Amino acid sequence: MHIVVVGLSHKTAPVEIREKLAVPESRLGEALTRLCSYPGVREGIVLSTCNRVEVYAVVDEIEAGYGRIQEFLADAHLSISSEQLTPHLFWHHGDRAITHLFRVTSSLDSMIVGESQILGQVKDAFEVALAHKSTGIILNKVVKKAISVAKRVRTETKIAETAVSVSYAAVELAKKIFSDLSEKTVLLVGAGEMAKLAAQHFIASGVRHVQVTTRNPQHGLELAERFGGAAVPFEQFREGMASADIVLVSTGAAQYLVSEDDVQRSVRQRKNRPMFLIDISVPRNIDPAVRHVDNAFLFDIDDLKARVEQNRGGRLQEAEKAERMVVDEVGVVRQWLQSLEVIPTIMALRTKVDDIRRVEVEKALGRLVNLSGPDRELVEAMASSIVNKLIHHTMVTLKAEVNSSDGATFVEVARRFFSLGDPALTTGEANAATASEPGASADDDSKDPAAMIPRAGSKRVNQ
Amino acid sequence: MTSLFFVVTMALYFAATVSFLACVLWPSDALSKVSLGMTAVGFATHTIALVAWMVGVTDVSLPGFYEALSFFSWMLILVFLAVEFRHRLHVLGSFIVPLAMVSLVAAAALPDTAPTLVPVFRTLWVHVTLSMLGTVGFAVAFVAGVMYLIQDGLLKSKRVNSLYVKLPALDFLDHLSQQSIVLGFPLLTLGIITGALSAEFSRGAYLNWNPEQTWALVTWVFYFAVLLGRLTMGWRAKRAAYLTIIGFVGVILTLIGVVLKSHGPVS
Repeated sequence: MHIVVVGLSHKTAPVEIREKLAVPESRLGEALTRLCSYPGVREGIVLSTCNRVEVYAVVDEIEAGYGRIQEFLADAHLSISSEQLTPHLFWHHGDRAITHLFRVTSSLDSMIVGESQILGQVKDAFEVALAHKSTGIILNKVVKKAISVAKRVRTETKIAETAVSVSYAAVELAKKIFSDLSEKTVLLVGAGEMAKLAAQHFIASGVRHVQVTTRNPQHGLELAERFGGAAVPFEQFREGMASADIVLVSTGAAQYLVSEDDVQRSVRQRKNRPMFLIDISVPRNIDPAVRHVDNAFLFDIDDLKARVEQNRGGRLQEAEKAERMVVDEVGVVRQWLQSLEVIPTIMALRTKVDDIRRVEVEKALGRLVNLSGPDRELVEAMASSIVNKLIHHTMVTLKAEVNSSDGATFVEVARRFFSLGDPALTTGEANAATASEPGASADDDSKDPAAMIPRAGSKRVNQ
Repeated sequence: MTSLFFVVTMALYFAATVSFLACVLWPSDALSKVSLGMTAVGFATHTIALVAWMVGVTDVSLPGFYEALSFFSWMLILVFLAVEFRHRLHVLGSFIVPLAMVSLVAAAALPDTAPTLVPVFRTLWVHVTLSMLGTVGFAVAFVAGVMYLIQDGLLKSKRVNSLYVKLPALDFLDHLSQQSIVLGFPLLTLGIITGALSAEFSRGAYLNWNPEQTWALVTWVFYFAVLLGRLTMGWRAKRAAYLTIIGFVGVILTLIGVVLKSHGPVS
């Protein structure tokens, strides 16, 4: 049994390819069923976001597993062949696959490092997988651990606090001008990617009023709908600019769209309430002379980039801290996975019962001082015989089931029944349980390890 | 005993001032906590000193300038601790604590002679307390105004330093400044009215146009205009910050005038 991941992300594939492979949520269940129907694929989960499509699976053979998953990915879209996909994919197995999942969930692999959306997306993917019973004991454990690692990274490092992208930098600057963004209005001029991202971050930071204006009225309406705001006719946006506290400009225009006079007039209409103008366009769309207007604060793309650079030092340190956390936690999971190997379990069981037998026999013989030599041998033989018979079937079953799809479950259950000390298992469960939020169904199961067994069993029935 | 507490208070405020100013240059969580702790302990000893003084007061005692300034400094620290408690605004300490320290030192530096105003009336107590409370409001408005201009300058010049990170949002500072004037202005108005009443009692005239009275009235008219402009004509943000600072300079000049007058040759 091996954990593998095959996928593509913003680091390996352009958006055109990612779009084609993305699995819509409505079809995720069907995809999971298809994934698990490939021979040799025991467990599987699919993470599909706008920045990545990744398939994690537990497979019998690494190479064969890679091949199956690549087939699975290529099947998602008719226009793509498995060969065409190859240059855009990455493949990991074992520790590296687990590390990758932990880094992704902790937002260390994100386009905007430290963003929080990915954790929710992993949780959603896990819930769908649970609902379709496509995961078993190993992925359940690993994904839950990934979620708890991500929460740890968020609480114990400042990775999420630091402005890491240009659009976050814009929001941070806005927070130095306006203490409460929820009552502020953002005017989005043009529909550049960066501006849309910035608008999203403003909304995520509490802004509730959004106005959109674009040259193409239809486009403006669509965007306004997307952001839950109002569309403003492009010809009139300068006149209405005074109602916006934050103006985000990003158009393809070659000349200045907003002049010093426009801003001066707006500030006067606003009775000197401060105004924050962000020009993300190249070439610039707001006249740099706006800098001279009192109570108007203009930042262009270079200013924002400079802010990001200043933050980068601190961010790197925090990211390093997070990376170290990931490495530690991967170690914990590795230990647990090793405990699922059948031979060490059988040996541990043997040692455990032999220890018990030896101690008990010595204790009894210590009291039975009058026994003759042969009698003593008889007592010892009886003890050995009882112990061996008691564990015999457990041993046989473990050996027989190790290659079945539930092998790992049998091993884990045996370890629990005989309390074969496994720190990774117990602490791991405890972490997952304490880190979980109340009501998060993906985490609820972690409190009841036994709940995993029927799931793993029913999966076999499905196949 | 009372003077011992005052000395301890002064020492603590001085240490807190130094460490709060150090916080601006070298941001450190531990240092701000230490500064805050020293301020809080200083505030406690200050309170004890003031209470001990009040208990010892007899009917004929006068609120001297020493006590008035000490009370002023105590109120400033109280306001700072309240704002800090509510908004976690350590950086305010870097501005208010030095101001409180300076006024306490000024109080101690005054010659220890009894004021020359006679006879004494109860209204003088009320006059001093109200005027001082009004002044505290203007002092906080002044500090908020200074912080506003610094933050405005940092944003305009796009200089990001540790002070920029610590200073709160511009609109918060503007609001803090406005609220302080809104609270301080009626208190100062009442302070001036009670002052006029006690002047009428002692000298038979509400107003005799001496320099400090004139200054007080000029200050009052100035703040009235600032408040009116703010509420009706949008004199907010940068302009309001400048006006608030100018107004507080007027307040200080008035106070200096009052002190010089009562300690100088009797007019």
